[in-house]
Amino acid sequence: MTTFAFTDEQQDLRAMVRRFLAEKSPVSEVRRLMATESGYDPAVWAQLGQLGLAGLTVPEKYGGAGCGPVEQLIVCEEMGAALLCAPYLASAVLATWALLASGDAAAQTDLLPGIASGETIATLAVPEDDGSWSPDEFRVTARRSGDRYLLDGRKSFVLDGMIADLILVAASSDHGPALFAVDADAPGLSRQPMQTLDMTRKQAVLTFSGTPGRLVGQSGAAAEIVAQAIRGGVLALAAEQVGGAQRCLDMAVAYAKVRHQFGRAIGSFQAIKHMCADMLLEVESARSAAYHAAWAAADGAADLPLVASLAKAYCSEAYFHVAASNIQVHGGIGFTWEHDAHLYYRRAKSAEVMLGTPAAHREVVAGLLLKDAAT
Amino acid sequence: MPGPPAGLGPLLAAPTIIAHGSDELKRKYVRAVLTGEHAWCQLFSEPGAGSDLASLATRAERDGEDFVIDGQKVWTSAAQVADYGLLLARTDADVPKHRGITCFALRMDQPGVEVRPLRQMTGDAMFSEVFLTGARVPATDIIGEPDGGWVVALTTLAYERTGLGARAGAGFAVTAPGGSGFRAQREVPAAEYVAAVRRRGPGRAGYGAGGMAMLGSGAAPLIQLAIDLGREQDALVRQQLVRLHTLSLLNTWNGQRGRAAVKAGGRPGAEASIGKLMASQIARLWRDTAAEICGPLGMLAGPIGPLDGAVAMQALAAPAPAIYGGSDQIQRNVIGERVLGLPKEPDVSRDVPFRELKTGTQRQEARPL
Repeated sequence: MTTFAFTDEQQDLRAMVRRFLAEKSPVSEVRRLMATESGYDPAVWAQLGQLGLAGLTVPEKYGGAGCGPVEQLIVCEEMGAALLCAPYLASAVLATWALLASGDAAAQTDLLPGIASGETIATLAVPEDDGSWSPDEFRVTARRSGDRYLLDGRKSFVLDGMIADLILVAASSDHGPALFAVDADAPGLSRQPMQTLDMTRKQAVLTFSGTPGRLVGQSGAAAEIVAQAIRGGVLALAAEQVGGAQRCLDMAVAYAKVRHQFGRAIGSFQAIKHMCADMLLEVESARSAAYHAAWAAADGAADLPLVASLAKAYCSEAYFHVAASNIQVHGGIGFTWEHDAHLYYRRAKSAEVMLGTPAAHREVVAGLLLKDAAT
Repeated sequence: MPGPPAGLGPLLAAPTIIAHGSDELKRKYVRAVLTGEHAWCQLFSEPGAGSDLASLATRAERDGEDFVIDGQKVWTSAAQVADYGLLLARTDADVPKHRGITCFALRMDQPGVEVRPLRQMTGDAMFSEVFLTGARVPATDIIGEPDGGWVVALTTLAYERTGLGARAGAGFAVTAPGGSGFRAQREVPAAEYVAAVRRRGPGRAGYGAGGMAMLGSGAAPLIQLAIDLGREQDALVRQQLVRLHTLSLLNTWNGQRGRAAVKAGGRPGAEASIGKLMASQIARLWRDTAAEICGPLGMLAGPIGPLDGAVAMQALAAPAPAIYGGSDQIQRNVIGERVLGLPKEPDVSRDVPFRELKTGTQRQEARPL
């Protein structure tokens, strides 16, 4: 049952994360880190582990905080607002949700504690050359060799692929698509950074040639595991998008109050005021969508696939529109490298198409709606 | 004869009287709204005072125990059936426009009140012009303070904004074929009304303030229409249907989130201010999605039209929500100024005594007060 009401503990969590990010991830740090190849600060990442955030949704028996989708929503909303440069989406969300979905107790026991503590940075490698998260088949192959598998082929768009210690790779095997855990220092693995529009979130191409991997979950089960991981990622991205969009609105409104032209603050002109009002409508509606989806996930609601895709589609377009409007409200100064508006614009455009475009998610919703209507 | 609550009593008059009326007025009017004994209309807008409501020129002059009302109101929904009108009239023209207004409960059934129905672009006549010529209202029927009517009006307008916005979520009403007058609405037996509310949920009984009957909610009727017309596999239709479904759900969820904030002891946040704007967006998207589904059939109206004419009726009704109850542009001003704290647009007439303004009907008629 969606309540839209946060508990005291959840509000404390938000306050804690907000304080932490204000101190550790001011925009000066974002700019410093986005210019590096690794794109994160190991010391800050270690602190996120100590605070229990790297293992937020990892069960307590594996060293995590044992929290759920609503807490993930809170953390990701704050991180999106701050444009935190860290492998959170890759490790704490996508890889963690994949391991939890695998049902593989041995792999969970071996791998989750390191992820939860922050010592292991994990990522999930699904897309190949075309960037799709739901390809018909994986061209990366895994063949059996003794008690291990050997992987061959190439993965692209691997989030934080350059810094990951552990890579969960979706590959074709004799028994269908399956997930394999590959160590970063395994033989036959090479990695290349990809130049990305959003410099605050790094991606890489990983090439495997006879690279050993460990089967995670059932052979042939990768499609379902990946689908659940994507769902976790979609919820996280929607939350990030709300946080980022709110920050853009705040920037635009603050500027509209102080920038004077024609003898008065530009925010007193309806041309600007109405643009800000439309931005507010989108930010608040995106928030309702992301929050509703998070609570649906926490409740295990039957319509989670529908509301998660609905949220990703709406929040993606809302964030991008608000980020673009923010630049327009600022005028020339908003188009400069020195102004932070473009950092949000870049994140918004990249997140919009990550893990499925808005149109693709609407098509998912359409399929579910029409199926319901037909029954 | 008592029946279901009719007109704008439940939405506007009752909450306004509860907020600003004396105990005596509350006893006199609120219960009668709820029992359906009194139907109300809202006598706010004038030909010269629309978005700039405070420039209204209808006069109320003291005459013994009464006030005498002269002027003209317009866009008055339910005026044909209303027993009372929530009236704004000018009681002091020597102060700036916001300060000389008083709110009254005006008895509609009297010689000085003439109601002339206006025909809308839909063909229905859901609202009227109201001519007030020497109409009388006792001073005891002032709601709020004398000359303090603007504060009262702001309350009414706030309830109107939130109420009209909330109505357009999953429970977005589709006007039924042939329209449906307020008269019919009042003639519905109370038991049938209550049964309808129980069946469909509050506000969706089919006898709302707009007299609109529900065909279904949100995108549901259009999803069914797409299936019936074999259009459900069209990629563009599918995208549009989901956009519509999304906005309908979001408007509902925005409302739920606002109520959750209040329940948690806080105040409704920004999400409570956007429902009206969202509602007009949903109406337009409903119209455009229907057009995409129907193609050439969208040219047809009446019983041979899609959904028995409801698609045509909705196409014609769609401009209304962006105008009534404060236009989209006024909503954006309200959001910009009261929620986001942006500075107000300069208003050159704001501090000038009303009598000196060449505004609204004074501009046209230059009549002395």
